[in-house]
Amino acid sequence: MKFPFSIFILILFISGIQPQILNAQPKIVKFSTIDSLLHHRSDSLLVINFWATWCKPCVSELPYFEELKKNYSSEKVKLILVSLDFKREFESRVKPFIEKNNIASEVLLLDEPDYNSWIDKVDATWSGAIPATVVIAGSKKMFFEKEFISYAELENIIKPLIQK
Amino acid sequence: MKTILLSIAVLCCSLLLISATPDAYAPGSKATDFKLKNVDGKMVSLADYKDAQGFIVTFTCNHCPFSKAYEDRIIGLHNKYAAKGYPVVAINSNDKTIAPEDSYEGMIERAKEKKFPFVYLYDESQEIAKTYGATRTPHMYILKKEGKDLVVKYVGAIDDNSDDPSMVTKKYLENAMDEILAGKEVSTSSTKAIGCTIKWKGTK
Repeated sequence: MKFPFSIFILILFISGIQPQILNAQPKIVKFSTIDSLLHHRSDSLLVINFWATWCKPCVSELPYFEELKKNYSSEKVKLILVSLDFKREFESRVKPFIEKNNIASEVLLLDEPDYNSWIDKVDATWSGAIPATVVIAGSKKMFFEKEFISYAELENIIKPLIQK
Repeated sequence: MKTILLSIAVLCCSLLLISATPDAYAPGSKATDFKLKNVDGKMVSLADYKDAQGFIVTFTCNHCPFSKAYEDRIIGLHNKYAAKGYPVVAINSNDKTIAPEDSYEGMIERAKEKKFPFVYLYDESQEIAKTYGATRTPHMYILKKEGKDLVVKYVGAIDDNSDDPSMVTKKYLENAMDEILAGKEVSTSSTKAIGCTIKWKGTK
């Protein structure tokens, strides 16, 4: 009797832990983490999207980033969603939002309130309005201070950059 | 010959593109006056303020969490600097079809709720936000009267902590204001901040 019960527990354990394996847990980070991502140079493509749960245009373009992650999961595409929500709303707002919307991409909440100290380091042309997106492919960096209005618009930028 | 003509054509096109992009105001730019409707129904121009030495212009709105977080501090700026010749002039340029809360009626309501001691103007055509080069809310400009001109002395953020006023360590705008009042050059005349985008007509 003991044996099936332990299998039962094991199944419970695996089914419970699975989503955590699939989805990287959201984390609170300082700018140094983002800065090292921005200096990331490898043969994989990095897409960093700056957003917030309260930002309507950000939320409406999120599905396109999720779709990108889904469609290019086998290829070398790394997607990171940098939340600019307030740190105190991480548990009460950001985490529930991620769960409710089944966000599969990695979410990092950037806790660095002196915006002026780091905006230029992301891109000198960025005014600070969100959404904003950085694409890094090898030595090439592209910056977009805009909302993507369709999945195709986003994919058309990413597709040619992926090394086959 | 064809290649030369083509390159000239390309050059002309690119020059046209460059000149068609309006330049955002930077410190030293001469700012334009305007005539916009206040929440009390009256039309307001900067020229109406005969005694002012300048203005703290803020592009803001009703719905944006950053604008809301800064409302009390903007009221504080007006209370501190209006008597010294620099009243706050708040402008909402958002398209109400994208952000319904930012309609003229919404502005009247918000101004009443928060008892704004300053004018809150509706830039319905979005011309003023475009001319100033405002991109987000709140986006601040300090203008100083110099002869007949309104010269931009500061562009950017209010301070270095939108969420928690008690954690502010750098009062960017107040520092600039105090330097102006002391007759000094503004040491940090341009800063950046995260904010909500101005909701432009036809973008959605």
